[in-house]
Amino acid sequence: MSESITALGTDMRSYYGRPILKEPVWQPEIPWYLFTGGLAGASSLLGLAARATRNRPLAKAGLYISMAGDAVSPVLLVSDLGRPERFLNMFRVFKVTSPMNVGSWILGASGASTAVATGLELLGRAPRSKVLAETVSAAFGAPLSVYTATLLSDTAIPVWHEARRELPFVFGAGAAASAGAAAAAIVAPEDAGPARRLAVGGAAVGTVAMLAMEARLGMVGEPYHQGEAGIYNLAAKLCTVAGAALLATSAKRSRLAAIAGGGLLLAGEAALRWSVFKAGFQSARDPKYVVEPQRRRKGWGLTPA
Amino acid sequence: MSEFATLADITGEPDGWADTYGDETKPRLGFFTDTSICIGCKACEVACKEWNVIPEDGLVWTGESYDNTSTLGANSWRHVAFVEQRKPLHDGNHDGDTLRWLMSSDVCKHCTHAACLDVCPTGALFRTEFGTVVVQEDICNGCGYCVPACPFGVLDKRHLPRPGSDPAGVRPQEDGRVWKCTLCYDRLKGGHEPACAKACPTKSIQFGEVDELRARADERLAKLQQQGRNGAQLYGRDPDDGVGGFGAFFLLLDEPEVYGLPPDPLVTTKNLPEMWRTAAVAAGALVAGVLAAFAGGSR
Repeated sequence: MSESITALGTDMRSYYGRPILKEPVWQPEIPWYLFTGGLAGASSLLGLAARATRNRPLAKAGLYISMAGDAVSPVLLVSDLGRPERFLNMFRVFKVTSPMNVGSWILGASGASTAVATGLELLGRAPRSKVLAETVSAAFGAPLSVYTATLLSDTAIPVWHEARRELPFVFGAGAAASAGAAAAAIVAPEDAGPARRLAVGGAAVGTVAMLAMEARLGMVGEPYHQGEAGIYNLAAKLCTVAGAALLATSAKRSRLAAIAGGGLLLAGEAALRWSVFKAGFQSARDPKYVVEPQRRRKGWGLTPA
Repeated sequence: MSEFATLADITGEPDGWADTYGDETKPRLGFFTDTSICIGCKACEVACKEWNVIPEDGLVWTGESYDNTSTLGANSWRHVAFVEQRKPLHDGNHDGDTLRWLMSSDVCKHCTHAACLDVCPTGALFRTEFGTVVVQEDICNGCGYCVPACPFGVLDKRHLPRPGSDPAGVRPQEDGRVWKCTLCYDRLKGGHEPACAKACPTKSIQFGEVDELRARADERLAKLQQQGRNGAQLYGRDPDDGVGGFGAFFLLLDEPEVYGLPPDPLVTTKNLPEMWRTAAVAAGALVAGVLAAFAGGSR
């Protein structure tokens, strides 16, 4: 044995088992934002579609939920900054190479249009301008729901970068599920049909996308079954399945079941964001997730002489 | 200048760099760190800290050979790695109890295609006229995106002791911004070499125009291989690697991961067009999903 320096638990060589990458410096605000941003984006879409099909209670719920998400999101993001007083620097450039910059513009446009629509709804004035504002908000809704996946994938963290094909679908479907769940919990069951269908469909697609992601990641995806990320992942799946089952069955008649199902599904979606977030930290912490795939990519063995 | 531009085209030039600066573009500057002559004195770490007024970041006894700095970070812009190996210095020399020390002064790579610069949402990170990558501290708002974007784990947020606090029981308070090697941008502006290179007593850290350094590194590698030096290899010299080559590259005596370096680093934004396309498809699917939810009726 010529190497005295090996990573613990593997035969791969490393520098005293130390990480190669830096762990993200993001705080708990960020996984919560991944949740609220998706909720806001998909809710504005749900609200506009309800408006177009003359389902007023659902349209109103979609608008208010998206307003709540759009109001909380920037507060979370600014609070996470190392220099919150400089948050406006996000808008001093427009940079497509920075998903965070693009996302700031998307969130800004979404928030502004949702605020106008909500104001007009509350005042009961200018219905055409309100629908116009809702349309603008909905146009930014889908980008707002999925860009965060691009943001995470556009890093060197193996469990995020290698998931770049599935993560936008996990987040997009998750956003649909949470928007549907929130609306189904608020609106009377007889008006909430589309919300329940969106919630159940989003939960199904999101769960399949998540399983596909875990399967394709292989060894790089280990964090999803270990430590905190593993716990959140399990909790997410249990809550999502239970919540979707309730929404698909008794929530059609029972208000109580709708609130319970919606709540469970929302909890599942929040846990999913936490799982993805925590997996990134665990992925950065162990150098094997960097070294092994990279050496394999080069066609090199793991323990060179 | 035009002669340089031609050379740079061949050797891999940072995107848009020459266009941005036009006539003010300077020859690309960088480091060639020849670890085969590093003696582990850490003069580079000290000189860097002194010149750049970098705060102390904890006096920790790691027990890992002679390395108590451990890693690059917000407050360590040079880091001398110490590796102890039961390995002969030269190929085929297996007599006796062989032991060798590998020492290497790590630094920001000033990548040709820099992920930190690409993902920075404020434009605080920028490419200088010398082709180096620098954080503008009056613009950085501490979003932290560059930290996980760097394939080498170079950047980090700075923590500082709270003013007036008991030094023994320092409670970390964030300066809030990210910091990394500037290749002594201020010294370059004044026509001086960076502090670490100036202080290096063995010329293990060589500073100069990147093209010239690459030629010098090729010569040095050939010489070491001729001597049968075990494991000698250049790291980050080639413009066709995943980050387009480093502005600060290395001659190593073992595989990169032995020094805590990634074997095949990749600029994450190389896959960004594909990622945006996937996001667009997912966004379309979300819209379709919402429409489908209303296909069964509006209630």
